[in-house]
Amino acid sequence: MALLQIAEPGMSAEPHKHRLAAGIDLGTTNSLVATVRNGIAVCLADEEGRTMLPSVVRYHADGRIECGCAAMQAQARDPKNTIVSVKRFMGRGLKDVAHVESSPYDFIDAPGMVRLRTVQGVKSPVEVSAEILRALRRRAEASLGGELTGVVITVPAYFDDAQRQATKDAATLAGLNVLRLLNEPTAAAVAYGLDNASEGVYAVYDLGGGTFDLSILKLSRGIFEVLATNGDAALGGDDFDHRLFCWILDQACIEPPSSEDARLLQMKARETKELLTSCAEAPIHVRLGSGEEISLSISREQFEDITAHLVRKTLAPMRKALRDAGLDAEAVKGVVMVGGATRMPQIQRSVAEFFGQEPLTNLDPDKVVALGAAIQANVLAGNRKDEDDWLLLDVIPLSLGLETMGGLTEKLVPRNSTLPIARAQEFTTFKDGQTAMAFHVVQGERELVSDCRSLARFELRGIPPMVAGAARIRVTFQVDADGLLSVSAREMSSGVEASVLVKPSYGLTDDEIAGMLRAGVDHANDDMRARALREQQVEGQRLIEATEHALGEDGDLLDGEERAAIAAAINELRAACGASDHHRIRRLIDELARATADFAARRMDRSVRAALAGHKVDEIPL
Amino acid sequence: MSIDLQQDYFALFGLPRRFDIDEGALEAAFHALQGEVHPDRHAHLPDADRRRAMQWATRVNEAFRTLRKPLARALYLLEVRGVDSGLETNTAMSAAFLMEQMEWREAVEEARAGGEVGELEHLHQRLRQHGRSVLAELQAQFAADDLQAAADTARRMMFIEKLQNDIDEALEALES
Repeated sequence: MALLQIAEPGMSAEPHKHRLAAGIDLGTTNSLVATVRNGIAVCLADEEGRTMLPSVVRYHADGRIECGCAAMQAQARDPKNTIVSVKRFMGRGLKDVAHVESSPYDFIDAPGMVRLRTVQGVKSPVEVSAEILRALRRRAEASLGGELTGVVITVPAYFDDAQRQATKDAATLAGLNVLRLLNEPTAAAVAYGLDNASEGVYAVYDLGGGTFDLSILKLSRGIFEVLATNGDAALGGDDFDHRLFCWILDQACIEPPSSEDARLLQMKARETKELLTSCAEAPIHVRLGSGEEISLSISREQFEDITAHLVRKTLAPMRKALRDAGLDAEAVKGVVMVGGATRMPQIQRSVAEFFGQEPLTNLDPDKVVALGAAIQANVLAGNRKDEDDWLLLDVIPLSLGLETMGGLTEKLVPRNSTLPIARAQEFTTFKDGQTAMAFHVVQGERELVSDCRSLARFELRGIPPMVAGAARIRVTFQVDADGLLSVSAREMSSGVEASVLVKPSYGLTDDEIAGMLRAGVDHANDDMRARALREQQVEGQRLIEATEHALGEDGDLLDGEERAAIAAAINELRAACGASDHHRIRRLIDELARATADFAARRMDRSVRAALAGHKVDEIPL
Repeated sequence: MSIDLQQDYFALFGLPRRFDIDEGALEAAFHALQGEVHPDRHAHLPDADRRRAMQWATRVNEAFRTLRKPLARALYLLEVRGVDSGLETNTAMSAAFLMEQMEWREAVEEARAGGEVGELEHLHQRLRQHGRSVLAELQAQFAADDLQAAADTARRMMFIEKLQNDIDEALEALES
């Protein structure tokens, strides 16, 4: 009988060992974490068996931070320190936030992103979101019995760059390694498509608590290709609650309510909305802080009347997405419904009418996104199996461009381009002897820069003085698979090169994030250096495994000398991983990566050729 | 020794370098290539591998985008064949073509100003049909290897595409 092998403590896993990975649906109203166990995606529950974690964070005066159900129960008592639906504020300035007047928070308008004043000081929405992520991380690590290798976090497809970056920063704060930001409708399509072995064109209608997405995907032979996506990053179930809340205020003739009463009535509004999904009529009884009692009743028809404009708002994105995909509604084989708000009967009716077919509701609209994320996380973490031979091709939801003369937008990357994508364009100087140029990066579909979202501003200096129009400045936009942008600019004509890389800013600088990270680490009494060492050890071990695996497969691509050089670099790194100097490990990781750069390029070359050889033109199935 | 990132797009997908293209073969080759190079296939590997995968996947996407649409494919084919399609320099179009364009534009403008969604959709359909007949011309010219004529036709298609975008934008503006 073979003996079971156990690795030395602190050392990384064997090559093909299962890596712990999770998918996280960071929702406006509720959040979930899921993982793949024995080949099946499951949502993880807390000690009480609940899978949904209310996306509510409460800051206590004594420094405690509460998250989930406990926090939610306190929202009417302590509205200023209990943050709900924080996703609405991610990457958003105060002027972009809807219903500010009826929100109980102390908002602070900071450049790029709004902040909230709490009893524990000023909090950024990124920090609040990080608390939710921390709670999910604790749940996952307790349930899986180890540290997570990486996670996939879902975002609304229609999130812009600033909102995506904010989400990724929240994950960094929570100590999570983000394998990928995945669009929510795409995650749902993966869970649904793999489950049903679907082929053809599908639409995903995703109406969550605060966001609306509509994606059109083509599923064929294991490829999930997003053809187009559209939506409204500020439309969701919350808006239906708000409409009902306003109706109650109106009917009961309530003057502007206190923060506590406002929260109470908002909660009542949500309850009533949910009740109306199954009942034709719902009673509304509330006792206000003053002791005054409200007693009302609303029918489903009345509710549908006062929210009809919200349902209509989802129609234009559906039409636009179809037009961008070059398809008619009849071409759609099935419509997958995602998000708790799609339970409302008027939504189901309007979708059925638009597509001329009943939507698919045979999966849980609350869980499907997290399950899809878990499936992708499992594969991205390196647990790919033969049957996982599927691939996602997603798109960028909103065009990216630069400001040109007169405040106009010059689009470089058109919306619905398949990711990753790079685009370059040349610009020139306006004046004789001009040595600097200012760039303004924007995202959106409108002609005027002022109507688009400003992502970043940067300057290129050191352009050699020339006559106007002689300099050639090449600006390159690169959008990665997460939909995140980096921009570089370079002066070409003189041979003098200057280039600058920009991370789109939305108000949080890298220093601020580092500060929050330190604070978070102090708070948890974590040992930062131990963590850094552990991370480098894992990274080093992973690189050694990957390299040895590559040598085993394609070692014939190297001559003896090259092979010896790589072997030496591996040995040095392996020795360093057993010691405790994380700087040395980092340096040796970089060295091994350098030593294998050429080898990796040759391997890629070979695999590309193999892919093509397997598909000779006349053999490809049509 | 490493693969040439400047390799022409047709060769990248293992397709013959000509205008008439087997769309099914193009898509299958695109999927096969992305299956190898996409960053998701390399997510668990070190930074350097992930960066290279991103460059590759970017290149493959660009190539697919270029070859999939007839106009982009025509312009690209002219470029690799060394023919200046004269997009920026040659703006001389026949008087008849320009007159026709003026008429189209006026019709779109009128429908837009009057908020006539139905009329815009009708124009969209008519223009699509017109585009198909111009595409047939382009195909014939490439088949006859008359590249100068193909360059002229490609320029006309640019006008048509621009007009189609204007109609779409007008529709979007009316819908929102």
